Amino acid sequence: MNAIVEEPLRSATISVLVENESGVLARVIGLFSGRGYNIDSLTVAPVEEDRRKSRITIVTTGTELVIDQIKAQLDRLVPVYRVSDLSREGPHLARELALIKVIGQNQNRAEALRLADAFRARVIDATTESFVFELTGATDKLDAFLDLMRPLGLAEVSRTGVAAIARGTRTI
Amino acid sequence: MNALTTTAVSGAEILLRALKAQGVDVIFGYPGGAVLPIYDALFQQNAIRHILVRHEQAAVHAAEGYARSTGKVGVVLVTSGPGATNAVTGLLDALMDSVPLVCLTGQVPTHLIGNDAFQEADTTGITRQATKHNYLVKRSEDLARVVHEAFYVARTGRPGPVLVDLPKDILINPAPYDDPVAGPHRSYRPRTEPEPAPIREAIRLIKAAKRPILYTGGGIINAGPEASDLLIEFARLTGAPVTSTLMGLGAFPASNPAFLGMLGMHGTYEANLAMHGCDVMVNLGARFDDRVTGRLNAFAPGAKKIHLDIDPANINKNVVVDVPIIADALLGLRALIEAWKSDSTRQDRTALADWWQRIEVWRTKDSLKFTQSLAPGATIKPQHAIKRLWDMTHERNTYITTEVGQHQMWAAQHYRFDKPNRWMTSGGLGTMGYGLPAAMGTQLAHPDALVIDIAGEASILMNIQEMGTLAQYRLPVKIFILNNEYMGMVRQWQELLHGGRYSESYSAALPDFVKLAESFHAVGLRAETIDDLDRVIAEMIASDRPVIADIHVDKRENCFPMIPSGAAHNEMILGPEHEEEARGITDEGLVLV
Repeated sequence: MNAIVEEPLRSATISVLVENESGVLARVIGLFSGRGYNIDSLTVAPVEEDRRKSRITIVTTGTELVIDQIKAQLDRLVPVYRVSDLSREGPHLARELALIKVIGQNQNRAEALRLADAFRARVIDATTESFVFELTGATDKLDAFLDLMRPLGLAEVSRTGVAAIARGTRTI
Repeated sequence: MNALTTTAVSGAEILLRALKAQGVDVIFGYPGGAVLPIYDALFQQNAIRHILVRHEQAAVHAAEGYARSTGKVGVVLVTSGPGATNAVTGLLDALMDSVPLVCLTGQVPTHLIGNDAFQEADTTGITRQATKHNYLVKRSEDLARVVHEAFYVARTGRPGPVLVDLPKDILINPAPYDDPVAGPHRSYRPRTEPEPAPIREAIRLIKAAKRPILYTGGGIINAGPEASDLLIEFARLTGAPVTSTLMGLGAFPASNPAFLGMLGMHGTYEANLAMHGCDVMVNLGARFDDRVTGRLNAFAPGAKKIHLDIDPANINKNVVVDVPIIADALLGLRALIEAWKSDSTRQDRTALADWWQRIEVWRTKDSLKFTQSLAPGATIKPQHAIKRLWDMTHERNTYITTEVGQHQMWAAQHYRFDKPNRWMTSGGLGTMGYGLPAAMGTQLAHPDALVIDIAGEASILMNIQEMGTLAQYRLPVKIFILNNEYMGMVRQWQELLHGGRYSESYSAALPDFVKLAESFHAVGLRAETIDDLDRVIAEMIASDRPVIADIHVDKRENCFPMIPSGAAHNEMILGPEHEEEARGITDEGLVLV
């Protein structure tokens, strides 16, 4: 059999260096929606001093073939400089930041604070009934922290999505 | 550098200078409020000819016909809002079939963008998925650079349509004109040179092949006529049979004995069985389209697959291949030929001879066979009409365009192309209404050629307004309508797959095409029986005016062979001429014997 068969899914963290021009993010997102690819997370910001280049980091899930397609389709967009599959090209670091609002009193409040300390989350706002925690880390660490906060009065979350970079001397 | 380049001129003037610098001699367009400054500048010069179409969709198809018959970039000019939205179908058509175009659209002035101004549309937003790339020019100083870049992007790499959206104030404000700059684009760097390793591996596989086949596509045509010459050379060296996609017809001469005809849904028996039974498949500039592959898990099950394509995104998209070669077809073929010649391995010529023997057996099936009664008053078979058209025109300087449907497939099967750039059809998008405007653009590029739009009576009505354009510019396009009073391909599917319930596929209330032609200052001819056919074709060819030839054909004729969607290459349905085999062909045996 040489046709496409059911393959295992994997998660890929893809960094895309793009010309910082209007519509470039719409091109990338349109490609994903138009061709039916998943976006698990997406971040974008200018990364060069003169702001001419932006870096988009996309976390996606698909079969190996689909992920290869995603990379090839991204690479053929005119304003794209480079596409890098960080999860395949060697060790990399991936971090996400979350701002987490927990509302509660008494026991729950004390417990939330203790757990935040264990996760090295910072308290960046507090009232007598609430905290806002700032937590940075890998996606699964954030997920774990949020799971713990849920019964303790988790009220609202704002996450940045993943920023990622290769370890060592390798650059995009 | 002359003094003019540093003097500020209006945006419209910058635009025209940029077009001239890009070698543009004709543009297809339709005026409107937002592009009036461009039309004013056009009025005051003679270097660029403007062809006024009757609908913006037709402007794009005309530019496609111009581009595909010349290899140059086609240029379109339309206004904002409805002008731009009417062009969208044509743009997507050009994207699917890799046709290089630059489409210039008017836009409301920059200070009104986003205000729902009169004739405003988010054109770059709407066309983002219908173009290879698009631009909204926000500063007059960027205009020249953007236009030059648009041409570069349109014609390099895998060609495609590029749109430049031009707000009206940008067209009026003065700025300096810049010549095109040489050198690579900042971010866009298409790969065209093949890497040596896959070329060597491909040659190793082809030399060892017992049952090779070359499966060629529109990429060869886009790489220019020299690529077609190299394809002929490569087929001669390898001794392999050649089959072609719809888009690739003409790249390899149909008259060459190695040509098996078109493959795919309406391909020949021998082409599809050879694809099914090959052991090494060499895809040159095609993209494993679903109309070609049939059911994917039964596609060429025993074959090693080599895929040469300029677009890396086409690799492993539908079919997983063993040897991908990313290259322009011309450079790729050149490298393959050099590698073939420098590799001393001998081919298995005995196996190749056996392979050809098997193909000859398939050929005897004569899968395109039809029976035309020549008795007086006999009904014309559509295939016969195409065959006679070919007989009477192929020795002339002829270009063929088509609409979409049965007539298109019959044209692909029975009009035999020996040269590239002679066949303009809507393959990927399947756009009814493509053929007449595409013929206009082709005729503009080749004023002395015989340009024929092979049409159906339903498709032709989708852009029939362009008869006016033919008349205005005295373009002697011939419209050859195979009139069966049905949307034939829809009717055929309803007959074969929907229990003969002909829902909305009858062409009711048709116009009198002869009178219609005459009302547009053209010649109208009609063939009702076999007695009229040759005379009508002869009169059509002899006329120096636009002609509609309304050929009444058999209303019940279906297009065979046919691989029903979801079936494999060896499960094709043959026509009534092959009745005893027509019930569920399983020719696996023949393939394996």
